Amino acid sequence: MMDYLQILGNEVYKILFLLVPILVSVAMIVWLDRRVWGLVQKRKGPNVVGPFGLLQTLADALKYIFKEIIIPASANKVVFILAPIVTMTLALVAWAVIPMSEELVLSDINVGVLYLFAVSSLGVYGIIMGGWASNSKYPFLGAIRSAAQMVSYEVSIGIIIINVLLCVGSLNLKDIVLAQQELWYVIPLFPMFVIFFISALAETNRPPFDLPEAEAELVAGYQTEYSGMMYAMFWLGEYANILLMCAMGSILFLGGWLPIIDIYPINIIPAPVWMILKILFLFFLFALIKAIVPRYRYDQLMRLGWKIFLPFSLVYLVLTASFLFYFDKLPKGNF
Amino acid sequence: MLAHSVFFYFFSVIAIFSSLMVITSRSTINSVFFLILDFISVGCLFIMVGAEFLGMIILIVYVGAVAVLFLFVVMMLNVAEQKQSWFIGKKSTHIPIGLIVSVLILLELLVVVGGWKYKDDLMSSSTLNLSNISNTHQLGLVMYTDYILYFQLAGVILLLSMIGAILLTFRQRKGVKKQSYLNQISRDPLSSIELRDIESNKGVKIDD
Repeated sequence: MMDYLQILGNEVYKILFLLVPILVSVAMIVWLDRRVWGLVQKRKGPNVVGPFGLLQTLADALKYIFKEIIIPASANKVVFILAPIVTMTLALVAWAVIPMSEELVLSDINVGVLYLFAVSSLGVYGIIMGGWASNSKYPFLGAIRSAAQMVSYEVSIGIIIINVLLCVGSLNLKDIVLAQQELWYVIPLFPMFVIFFISALAETNRPPFDLPEAEAELVAGYQTEYSGMMYAMFWLGEYANILLMCAMGSILFLGGWLPIIDIYPINIIPAPVWMILKILFLFFLFALIKAIVPRYRYDQLMRLGWKIFLPFSLVYLVLTASFLFYFDKLPKGNF
Repeated sequence: MLAHSVFFYFFSVIAIFSSLMVITSRSTINSVFFLILDFISVGCLFIMVGAEFLGMIILIVYVGAVAVLFLFVVMMLNVAEQKQSWFIGKKSTHIPIGLIVSVLILLELLVVVGGWKYKDDLMSSSTLNLSNISNTHQLGLVMYTDYILYFQLAGVILLLSMIGAILLTFRQRKGVKKQSYLNQISRDPLSSIELRDIESNKGVKIDD
């Protein structure tokens, strides 16, 4: 019995060691996002609280904590409260399999990619539940838009992942990174990287695909009725999801924790730093796109997902498979 | 083994409880939520016996896609109202048809499960070496060698049902304006902007 308690304590310690940095970095990333947004528009962005405004998100969080949580009278209370919890939990739970270096990973499972894909596809529930339980028109419309959008773009993300898996021959995230030691997959699979990036924008409801919360039409989409800490949880979950998508992109295409070139002065930088740099690079692109691209129309969004990305990634999948088969480069089973 | 059995009983109790709740709960939305809970706990059970690929696929396909559509349909239709009209108005044809269909499905299940036979060499198959290779790899080895025909047939059936569903819901309505992206993008100022001198108090007739 003591053994179990010890193992349990050990695990809890490890989980905390993972979760706390993620929550802190989510706060920092919100600051970065607003800052980049401001600089693109020739504003300063948040620069008052703390050095360079770094503590702005903390101040915001404090404000949210002390605000009153209002539950609409006609809302379905259980589902209404459950929705932000589901969003937040799913966004954090996926980080369990993300390897920051060869040793630094909470659980190194065989089907890591599938796990990531499954958890990110469950993210729809928080939004649908929130939108439906609010029992009001705008949240419901926003939730339906969001669900349709996320389900559509998941399909092409799945096919892009299959592209990478064909080259690797394993579903383990560590194997995927180690297989890129000679060549990062951005180079041979560059079109897939671009499509993955755009689909990730759509999957996380970021501009230019932020139709679920298009403020001109839907007030704030599924978040309209939420206030105080519950709204903050939606918000945090959203940003944790964005970070997760960036981490996924850097693992699948940018070689995870591997340095750019494996020569002396560069490869002494520790592996997690590389991983974080790559995540930050992708996030910087996310933030830039938010600032410079106008919003899509809904039918254009659906057309892009189903009529352009899906066929294109399917064709590229066939091409990749035939290339690997013809040149006898298919991964041999040693896993 | 203690932790293992604790988790097993935990997930199986949740699975059984939630599947009972699916058929007994009064509100349809709650039914769907319990169905999702059921899928998730069954997925966890799959992972516990080492079928990690199947577990994840259940999460992705059933929870991530199928149940979302269920939820969609239930939220869009006003099911509560319809239910009342089934039970109160006595002319309902839904219940007898539903009964016939479910009895048929039960009989089919009984026939199939009753006549279930494993392939003789399933456990001793040379393609399966249970200890060395991962679950996903094993599944691939069996699926694309021994069962390739069934695999492809399942794919064809799915494709057919997809085409059928599209055909059933495809309606071409008349009088709907459609956008042609090519035309929209290829417009230029020369063909779409016209400068006119307007006489005062006359106005211009715009072609419509």
